[in-house]
Parts: sequence; structure tokens; C-alpha cells
Amino acid sequence: MNDTTKQLLELVSNWDGGFEGAFNIREDGGCAARQSTKNIQITSKTDQPGLEIHVKPGTVGERVYIPACVTKGGIDDLVYNDFYIGEGADIVVVAGCGVHNAEDSEARHNGIHRFFVGKGAHVRYEEKHLGTGNGSGARVIDPVTDVHLEEDAVLEMDTTQLGGVDHTRRVTTGHLAARARLLIRERLMTDGEEVAQTDFEVDLDGEDSGVDLVSRSVAKGHSKQSYRSVIRGNARCTGHSECDAIIADQGVVSAAPELVANNGDAALIHEAAIGKIAGEQLLKLQTLGLTREEAEQKIISGFLK
Amino acid sequence: MLKLEHITWDLPDGEGILKGIDLTVPSGKLVVITGPNGGGKTTLAKIIAGLETPTEGRIFFEGEDITGLDITERARKGISYAFQQPVRFKGLTVRDLIGLAAKDALDEESLCAILSKVGLCAREYIDREVDGSLSGGEIKRIEIAMVLARQTALSIFDEPEAGIDLWSFSSLIDVFQEMRRELKGTLLIISHQERILEIADEIVVVAGGRIQAAGPREEVLPQLLGNHQVCPSCPAMGRKE
Repeated sequence: MNDTTKQLLELVSNWDGGFEGAFNIREDGGCAARQSTKNIQITSKTDQPGLEIHVKPGTVGERVYIPACVTKGGIDDLVYNDFYIGEGADIVVVAGCGVHNAEDSEARHNGIHRFFVGKGAHVRYEEKHLGTGNGSGARVIDPVTDVHLEEDAVLEMDTTQLGGVDHTRRVTTGHLAARARLLIRERLMTDGEEVAQTDFEVDLDGEDSGVDLVSRSVAKGHSKQSYRSVIRGNARCTGHSECDAIIADQGVVSAAPELVANNGDAALIHEAAIGKIAGEQLLKLQTLGLTREEAEQKIISGFLK
Repeated sequence: MLKLEHITWDLPDGEGILKGIDLTVPSGKLVVITGPNGGGKTTLAKIIAGLETPTEGRIFFEGEDITGLDITERARKGISYAFQQPVRFKGLTVRDLIGLAAKDALDEESLCAILSKVGLCAREYIDREVDGSLSGGEIKRIEIAMVLARQTALSIFDEPEAGIDLWSFSSLIDVFQEMRRELKGTLLIISHQERILEIADEIVVVAGGRIQAAGPREEVLPQLLGNHQVCPSCPAMGRKE
């Protein structure tokens, strides 16, 4: 592993010189380190680049780390990782991605993650994306997450991108069986000329399945963001989508939520709000002794916390 | 001591909202500003805290001319202001805001002590976001708690009773009296409530952009509750039944 990878790992996956549990560290398209455990087996795919991660049924309290780092320009990394989570398991998956580019050519990581979560299993999926380096070459991360939840399965997805990525298209799809729950929390900040596109598409196929999707974002500088969500209620189910965005400077945000009730007992809600930081919020924090700039910073950091 | 000299404030179209307010608020006193709606009370409070700039006039605080200071500078000089309509923040918690007010991260015990004073079951609230999930009454009490946490020389409360239930209101009266007794700071409270007027050291009646009456409670309150001579346009002041 090179030093840049180590620095990126600290930022995107809380690496402190090692990981406890199963892990696979991807560096510039290759495997830098891997470890399986008794309950979590990580193997290479034979037909395409990527991994198969098998979690035994009933595995509880274990973590698996699948970070990927691109450390230079001219890399176009594509990886397909499939997670098979056994029935009744309860685990955490950490899948951060860092792209460092100090050169003139583009550096890109495309991670396509598929989750097949067995009955009654629970997965917490943490995904942090970051770009670093001052090269003129673009830093691009295009993650795809495809979630299949069996009956009573739950997946909580916490996804964050807080800077340095010039272009991203974040696609998440979900297919939920009866009583399955999908909870997604997205936090996104863009600045300069960065562009971010978010697409969520969830099918609530099973009775009493539910999705709760909350996206908070800040667009600064001349950056552009677009948010699109589609929730299809194909059975008696509940769906909630919330998109809140703060725009600063010349930032631009568009939101296009879509709800489709294909069943009369589907209960679907969408909330969206886009605007500058409210003047009253700034005034309130100023009356506590903060400068206007400190107040803005505090409001944004709290909003994205 | 707070001293206002000929404070005037006009709307952009020239309509006068405050028309030459002269007022001296002694240190360590609890002063209630009262009067009819639209009379200029909130505008006056905002001018003192720096949220509005007077068209004319000067403001002195602890002997210093603070007319040119902005909100932040005045806050750092020791002026606190509890909004009449509190502000909501997505992502900031009660702990965050009270910590900012106290200029330090408070331990759980200190946070609970402050929140209990405003009638909130503290531990349930400290990690709640100050957003739409809180009721108007809850958020109002958190607004007041922020000013309590600051412990400044001058604390301004704009209609603190609004949205507060009766039990919490009684507790609030105790809090104001405790602040006067222990903090020895100056409290400037905008209110229509007789129970708040009854604990005032001094009462100032503002109507039509002017001070209609000012003086010790013993002198002004009977006139207010009696024949309205002091302020013909004033409604009955939250009078007890």
C-alpha cells in the first residue's frame, strides 16, 4: 500500500493501521490487502473485476471493510462487489472510496455494489466518498448500489460525500419484499465547479415494506446538484422521501421527486425544500456571539452532521 | 446601564415606527416594556440587540456608545436577546445551541439544570434537533434557555410568555426573579402579562412609537390596570380574572 492510500483510508474508512474483521483494500484497481473471517468470506470474482462477500446466516456484530482508493490520474477503476448476507445476520459494511489526483489526466472509480440480504437480516452500510489532490485532472466517483431485501430484512445506508469530487453520479436502487425496510441517509456537499447527480429508485413489492429516504445537501460556489427519486408502492407499504438543500454563492440544485402508487394501500410522502440559509438562523447565532461566517459554518456543519 | 438617546426608526416609506425614544435602564433592574401591539416594542428590542439600525439616535451600554456595533459585537459585550418567534435549525441539537450560548460544551448535568428551569424534562431533549419536530412551546422554552445559559449583563426577552403553558409560565416568573437576584444583570422584558408586570422594578409603556409612561412599578402599574389614562390605546394588560 502506498502512503496516499493510507491517508485516504484514514479519511474514508477510519483506518488506523489495520481493520478488525474481514476486509479487502483496493488500490488503483488491484488488491492491496485482504482478510476473511470464519463467518465472512471474501473471494475474487472470476468473470469480472470485483468480489463476492458471503456472510454466514446468524452472524452478529461483525464488520466488513471494502474501501477502494485511486491514488493517481489515468486510472479508470471499475469493480463489481456482491454481498450475500445470510438470514438473521446483523453486520456493518464500510465501503469508503477516496480518489487522489495530482496529475492532469482523470482519475475515476466506479463501484457497483449489489446486496442480497436474507430474511430477517440487518445491515448497516456506511459509504464515505472523498476527493483530494490539486491536479487539473478530474476526480470522478460513480457509485451504484443495488439492494435486494428479503422478508423482514433491513438495510440502513449512510452515504456521505463532503468534498473534492469533481463529478459523481450516485445511483441507488432497491427491491423490498414483505416487511423489509430500507433507510437511506445521504449527505452531500459540492463546491467550485463540481457536479453531483443522485438517483434513487425503490420498488416496494412486499406487504408492509417501507423506505425512508433523507437527503441533505449543500451546493456552494458554482456547483450543480440534481436529485431524482422514484418510489413505487406496489403493495400495501409506506414510503417517505425528503430532500433538503442549502444553496450558497451561485450553487444550483434541482429536485425531481416521483411517487408512484400502484396499490391502493400504498402510503407515500415526499418533502423537499431548497433555499439559502434563512436570515433568521444567522441572526440567532449572531446574538449568541458568532460572526456571520461562523454562523454559516455552524449551520452547514449541523445540517450535514 | 443601558441608555437610549432619541431613538427613531422609520420604515422605508418614511412611516415612523419609533419617534424619539429616550430611556435609561439602570443596571441590575428588571424592566418591563409594555403597550399595545404595533406600538414599537419589538423594534426597540431589536435595535438594542443590533438586529435593526436606528434611523436616528444613539445607544450607550455600560458607558460605551454601541450604536455602530453589529449584532455579534453587541452579543460579545454582554447583550442577549430571546426572539419572540424562535428560529428552527435542521441538524443543530438543543445541546449544540445551549453549548454555543454558554460558549462551551456543557456537561449533561449543567444542560439539564438549565432546561429544567424552563420546564423541559431535560434528558429527553438535549439531543433533539431544534427543528419542526418540536412544538412551538418547546422551542420557545429552548429559546429562553439559551439566554439563561449566556448569563450576560443585559438579557432581553421579547414576549417570553407567548406559547408557554401555565405551569412553565409560573416557573418562568421564578427564573426571572432568580436571574435578577443571582446574576445581578439587567432584564428587559417585553410583555403584556400582569404577572410579569407585577415583578418589574420599573415599567415602560410604549405606544405609537413614543414612551407614554415610565417609572417604578408602584406608580405605573395601578394606572395601567386602572383607568387607562396613561395609555388610552392600551388593552387591558393580561389582567387576572
